[in-house]
Amino acid sequence: MALAQSDDIAEKQSDSGKSVREYLSSHLREYGLLFALIAIMVFFQVVTDGTLLRAVNITNLLLQNSYIIIMALGMLVVIVSGNIDLSVGSVMGFIGALAAVMMVHFDQPMYVTVVVCLITGALIGAAQGYWVAYWKIPSFIVTLAGMLVFRGLSLWLLEGQSVGPFPREFQVIANGFVPDIFPPVIGETIAGIFAERQVNTLALAAGILAAASLVWIGLRQRARNRAYGIVDEPRGFFIARNAIVAAAIIFITYKLSTFRGLPNVLITMGVLTVVYAFLTQNTTIGRRVYALGGNEKAAKLSGIKTERLTFLAFMNMGFLAAAAGLVFAARLNTATPKAGFALELDVIAAVFIGGASMSGGVGRIIGAVVGAFLMGVLNNGMSIMGIGIDYQQMIKGLVLLAAVVFDVYNKRKQG
Amino acid sequence: MTTLLEMREITKEFPGVRALDRVSIAVKQGEIHAICGENGAGKSTLMKVLSGVYPTGSYEGEMTFEGEPIAFRDISDSEARGIIIIHQELALVPQLSIAENIFLGNERAKRGVIDWRETNTRTEELLAKVGLKEPPTTKVDAIGVGKQQLVEIAKALSKDVKLLILDEPTAALQENDSRKLLDLMLELKAQGVTCIIISHKLGEVRYVADTVTVIRDGMTVSTLDASEGLSEDRIVRDMVGRDMTHRFPEHHRKPAEVLMEVSGWNAWHPQHAERQVIKNASFTVRRGEVVGIAGVMGSGRTELAMSIFGQSYGRNISGEVKLGGKPVDVSSVDKAIHAGISYVTEDRKSLGLVLDETIRFNTTLAHLEGVSSGGILNRNEETRVAERYRDALNIRTPSVFQKTINLSGGNQQKVVLAKWLNTAPEVLILDEPTRGIDVGAKYEIYTIINELAAEGKGVVMISSEMPELIGMCDRIYVMNEGALVGELAAGEASQEKIMSLIVNE
Ligand SMILES: Nc1ncnc2c1ncn2[C@@H]1O[C@H](COP(=O)(O)OP(=O)(O)OP(=O)(O)O)[C@@H](O)[C@H]1O
Ligand SMILES: [Mg+2]
Repeated sequence: MALAQSDDIAEKQSDSGKSVREYLSSHLREYGLLFALIAIMVFFQVVTDGTLLRAVNITNLLLQNSYIIIMALGMLVVIVSGNIDLSVGSVMGFIGALAAVMMVHFDQPMYVTVVVCLITGALIGAAQGYWVAYWKIPSFIVTLAGMLVFRGLSLWLLEGQSVGPFPREFQVIANGFVPDIFPPVIGETIAGIFAERQVNTLALAAGILAAASLVWIGLRQRARNRAYGIVDEPRGFFIARNAIVAAAIIFITYKLSTFRGLPNVLITMGVLTVVYAFLTQNTTIGRRVYALGGNEKAAKLSGIKTERLTFLAFMNMGFLAAAAGLVFAARLNTATPKAGFALELDVIAAVFIGGASMSGGVGRIIGAVVGAFLMGVLNNGMSIMGIGIDYQQMIKGLVLLAAVVFDVYNKRKQG
Repeated sequence: MTTLLEMREITKEFPGVRALDRVSIAVKQGEIHAICGENGAGKSTLMKVLSGVYPTGSYEGEMTFEGEPIAFRDISDSEARGIIIIHQELALVPQLSIAENIFLGNERAKRGVIDWRETNTRTEELLAKVGLKEPPTTKVDAIGVGKQQLVEIAKALSKDVKLLILDEPTAALQENDSRKLLDLMLELKAQGVTCIIISHKLGEVRYVADTVTVIRDGMTVSTLDASEGLSEDRIVRDMVGRDMTHRFPEHHRKPAEVLMEVSGWNAWHPQHAERQVIKNASFTVRRGEVVGIAGVMGSGRTELAMSIFGQSYGRNISGEVKLGGKPVDVSSVDKAIHAGISYVTEDRKSLGLVLDETIRFNTTLAHLEGVSSGGILNRNEETRVAERYRDALNIRTPSVFQKTINLSGGNQQKVVLAKWLNTAPEVLILDEPTRGIDVGAKYEIYTIINELAAEGKGVVMISSEMPELIGMCDRIYVMNEGALVGELAAGEASQEKIMSLIVNE
């Protein structure tokens, strides 16, 4: 994860006075987030006697948070566009219910179900986006209505019952692992060296590859910045940050490889994260969403079709909520009327912890993902410690407040 | 006369910018002191230091007021001493009434309950003082900018002001409104209020100022005394650091065939459907021609431009736009841009810029196609484009990665201009393009306009400054109450002729 890697060299200043302190203060938020994640992980690793970073727990952590992260990607886009979507938890639950009814009650094949569910999700998003974009009804209200409507629809669809279990092939979406394609001897040899019971070579190779490509992208960006005379991250920071991130990725995939390998959802999540990071930062449509959130009138007068963009942001959100709904249902192997209850709050919190601004125009995919992980680690760590749900809620609330206060404080200081 | 305020060796730095570099200034009791300087020279920053917007500790240097050292932690501190600043951007709440605005944060109340009678009578007194005839209950968004400016001053007067600071108070005003405001300043001076005024309009500076301090690149260049006679040329020379003999660059234009032709253009008010805002307007722009549109505020010039530019204003719009003889579809902004029309908005902050984003972001925003292929941005190309415009328009900034909110007003205007030049328009409509811009930068913008005309583009220039229209345009249309009421060729145009066309209607 290239946390503070700001490939958009935005706030960077020119040659004069490029002290380390100055650089740090303008990137405090990104480093702060990375640092907070590490600090929280170290803390729980210690107080749980090493349970947090056990292979099985890491796997769990990823599976448990996959649907939050998937939705956080869409939520970031919605929030950057200057809106909010409160309905995602309900939509997610509704899609799970739809999948269950289709497969369990009506014996529809899995692929048909998945396609229908994703399309339905996109249509739900489009329906809500229509009111927000073309009728200028505040998104808070439209999606609050949506939240109630789809909560009710799931209840109706499931007739108040839990429906399951799902066919085996469907469960694999959430609970399956990518099989090792390398010959077993390699894995056995590595396992021998590190005195592990087993090692999934593919997982390890993927981790090393991911870490290497991040470093490579970072280096290339640095070289390009230099060519343009743009002041970059101080060398020490660059090296330290990349070393930490690369080591973390390799460590995690190594742990995964000693358990059951790469979870399928990790692949889904990873691919989606990369796709959305690229979309938001490197494409014209992404750029326009930032302009829309930053100053809608100016965006409109610059020839940007602001209504259509808002519409698309919600449609995309619906699509991702549906994807999350499928993952969630597959993971629990049953659809319940309560699925996704209050989950929108976790998703929105993740995005704001990740540095997005309520007023729109500000925020990054990578921040939202790390924000979601941060919440996930908090949940997981506190559960292992046996902290009650009451305290968990309070602590999460305070973390959210702290993150936003930090943002505001930072902004004021730079003012 | 005694010295009321002294600021000594003030230095203020922002990341990568030294906005003020040991600036000193002394303001005498009871005078009107003008501060002049180019865009980004540090005028507003200096006043923000003085009024506590930048708190003590965030700058270096010392200040004394009435002989005592001062160091403010925030604006309320400085207001308590009687130093009141009216910022470049007005700070009124549009949905509240005049009275509510004047006593905002300073309510006439007994135990938390507002005494409306006293509020309104006090407001009436204050409004009488500033010469504004409006009921205290009028909503601020229902009155024009000129009157809003007076409300700001009334608000300042409600606070027992000793030193009143006005940052470009007349930038958005018509000449007669400006004159009223300046006369009010003179009146306040007679009552013993000391004033500091920042302005790019040197005629006004000469009219009111007793002393002029000129700042350049964050340093004090000179202090001129009105009793020794103020000449505009002298002020300009100190501001820009060289002699400027002409205010308008020379041009030899040869307008060619008709490029844009608007005929029978009508538009109605977006909320009040029965009000026709544009009435059967027809005009032409030739290749290589600069066409002006004169008129008083509210005459419908901006509305005309915006309704043509992608129907961004008004409803039930009808009429025809032809470019190069062929009718074009201008029903949405992107279609208008695509057809070759660009419109530089009058209000750069709310309509022109995404303030939290960088110069680069804003420069390419209206023409992302130029820096992308297949929808994927090429950031290096983007940087190159932004830097080209920074150099061409002389935008003062440490880098194109600076957020536009951190730029001085004039430099923000140049970024907006860069954004529209980057769309490579055939016809460029400029709405008050030099508002709040210093003489040197004006000259640069005029030069750019001339270059566009020389390339065979058509330029439409809407401006409230008649000398500017007369100095720059080949033809001037005069607009009044939504209709084009007259047309003057370059040779015959004069302020009197324009005014008489407006009045005759
Ligand atoms: N918050 C800020 N962060 C960074 N730079 C700033 C900030 N505020 C002002 N500056 C810079 O300080 C310099 C002085 O700005 P200032 O607003 O005082 O100019 P000005 O003389 O008022 O110009 P104008 O006539 O255009 O209003 C400019 O170069 C500007 O970019
Ligand atoms: Mg200023």
